Amino acid sequence: MTLLAPTGSGHPPPAPPAARSGRRRLLPYLLLLPGAAWLLIFFGVPLLQLAAASLYDPSGSLSTGYAMTWAFGNYPDVVQAYWPQLLRSFGYAGLALVLALLLGYPLAYAIAQKAGRWKNLLLVCVVAPMFTSFLVRTLAWKTILSDNGALVGLLRDVHLLAPDGRLLATPFAVVLGLTYNFLPFLVLPLYASLERLDPRLLEAATDLYASPAQAFRRVTLPLSMPGLVAGTLLFFIPASGDYINAELLGTPNEYMIGNVIDSAFLVRLDYPQGAALSFLLMAAILAVVFGYLRRAGTEEVL
Amino acid sequence: MTGMARETPAGDLRLANLTKRFGIFTAVDDLSLTIPQGSFFALLGASGCGKTTTLRMIAGLEEPTSGQVLLGDTDIARLRPYKRPVNTVFQSYALFPHLTIFENVAFGLRRRGIRSVDDEVTRMLSLVQLDGYGNRRPAQLSGGQQQRVALARALINRPQVLLLDEPLGALDLKLRRQMQIELKRIQTEVGITFVHVTHDQEEAMTMADTVAVMNAGRIEQQGAPADLYEFPATAFVANFLGQSNLLAGEAAGTSGGEVAVTAHGARFSVPAGRSRADRGPVHLGVRPEKLHLVGSADQVPQGHQLVTGLVTDASYVGVSTQYLLRTGWGTELSVFAANNGAEARVPVGSEAVAYWDPRHAFLLPRDAADTDRTTPVLDEPVGASS
Ligand SMILES: Nc1ncnc2c1ncn2[C@@H]1O[C@H](COP(=O)(O)OP(=O)(O)OP(=O)(O)O)[C@@H](O)[C@H]1O
Ligand SMILES: [Mg+2]
Repeated sequence: MTLLAPTGSGHPPPAPPAARSGRRRLLPYLLLLPGAAWLLIFFGVPLLQLAAASLYDPSGSLSTGYAMTWAFGNYPDVVQAYWPQLLRSFGYAGLALVLALLLGYPLAYAIAQKAGRWKNLLLVCVVAPMFTSFLVRTLAWKTILSDNGALVGLLRDVHLLAPDGRLLATPFAVVLGLTYNFLPFLVLPLYASLERLDPRLLEAATDLYASPAQAFRRVTLPLSMPGLVAGTLLFFIPASGDYINAELLGTPNEYMIGNVIDSAFLVRLDYPQGAALSFLLMAAILAVVFGYLRRAGTEEVL
Repeated sequence: MTGMARETPAGDLRLANLTKRFGIFTAVDDLSLTIPQGSFFALLGASGCGKTTTLRMIAGLEEPTSGQVLLGDTDIARLRPYKRPVNTVFQSYALFPHLTIFENVAFGLRRRGIRSVDDEVTRMLSLVQLDGYGNRRPAQLSGGQQQRVALARALINRPQVLLLDEPLGALDLKLRRQMQIELKRIQTEVGITFVHVTHDQEEAMTMADTVAVMNAGRIEQQGAPADLYEFPATAFVANFLGQSNLLAGEAAGTSGGEVAVTAHGARFSVPAGRSRADRGPVHLGVRPEKLHLVGSADQVPQGHQLVTGLVTDASYVGVSTQYLLRTGWGTELSVFAANNGAEARVPVGSEAVAYWDPRHAFLLPRDAADTDRTTPVLDEPVGASS
């Protein structure tokens, strides 16, 4: 993927003389080895295991054992049973992404281009929430949004919320939680891209009759595309598979596909179903990502 | 385009008391200039003297601390850059890396809502000899090619004023001369006012109608190239534009159209018309090529003035020989003798006499503490003192 490759000239140095080229050529593979082994053992094997589980006979159970019956019917079955949650996952993640972009782009831009000596401090502030656990942060939001919390009280007082209206246990709370929890994944790559943006290019654009809006559209935005693409993916992928926000900030009416998978594996102990849903989610995300990259990638960036 | 400051009835570009301070450092100091419409104006000066800052204020990229930028009779100093009929060829090129060369050049036209740009862009690319490069990216061009793209990108807009910040700096000599001729031709053809910043004196003198020499945020002198060279206004100009032998002396007033000067115990005179001071501490200046070298004082023609010394160095440079003559008081004067076969070569180590026609000398006011100055001002950064 050229989009995430570092900028600058990417030409490899000319081939070294033959004598040393054998070892030189092996070196990259040797460097790859630990990572490849790790992936094979901890990702490849479980993935195969999961693929197999998704095709087990659905009538089996943990206690009686599962029979491998190549039950492809598991897939249509889970789609039929859980398509609302699947759609909801992408709906919520998409909504959260839009919110995060509205918040995150200006934030990343300000930190990269305008913050001056406050840059590092602001970056730390963006990352700081990650120092506490995901769970704790989401629980904190549960307190903030709770029915007898100050926020709800205030909103009721100014009549932005009906007297019996609530924030917690609504789609709003779940989307808010997703936005908050994954925002840094969007902001950091965006920041990296915008940081490299040469302000003299913006001056040149203004000198060439571009209004500030046009300069943004024609120069800033295209040049921040690598970060934007990376950031949206890093945001969207975990957000659409997330189940903690829906679990803690929503009700079963807000459950996303992650919650269903969670309960399939840990509550209902229906392994074939859980595995099939997991694969389905993965396939759906891959489809979305590839569709997106094909569109965003056409305007080859740098 | 909204509010574009009057498209055609242009007028002169005038800078009035333009000042720019960065903190306590004054980069441009109360600068006033008039650049006639359609003229080719060259701004010369050592690195860091405020040339780029001046251009940036004209372009609107830097807000003046005080003063006005007038185009015709409208003050454009507070107008946003994209509303000024002014374009810049940036010192750093600032080409858009994500756009092709074609789109880079078309950028200005497109922003002004012009739809059919193909012909114009193609014409412009061939003008800067980059036909066929339209589909490349800036990173795929050499430095000189990028510079020409920057030129095309600005020129295509036919602004009222084109600001060129060392536009030819990265080109080799041959291409540089070619582009100079091309630039001059374009300028005369389209009648755009060019404000051209350069380190290359020769470039400034050959191309410009008017040359201004800038020093530490101020204009030291401006005028036709020959006027600046033949009769500089300050010691800085005398040694920035070419080289001068400046002897520290005392002027004793004008009599009979001549200013009498005493320097290092000898008496000289300079025509009043070539004197910028006639009393007190002065610099008596003679250009090295206006000095002639002979073996003894009796060979000096009538009416000329002379200094004797010891030849310490002679470098033969083909068209001329450049001598150093150490005077009795230790200053080394430069003498350029044309290699025209008329004058005999003077051997190093021999006593010699340098003489000149007083009409070729000039007299400049001098700070009392200042001594002889015979070396060119090096074109290197001026100190960041205010
Ligand atoms: N943004 C700024 N902040 C502080 N000082 C600045 C700034 N821009 C320029 N200066 C200072 O102002 C002075 C003039 O700078 P300027 O860029 O105009 O020089 P210049 O004449 O174009 O030099 P060069 O020939 O090297 O390009 C320099 O001493 C520079 O350090
Ligand atoms: Mg400069």
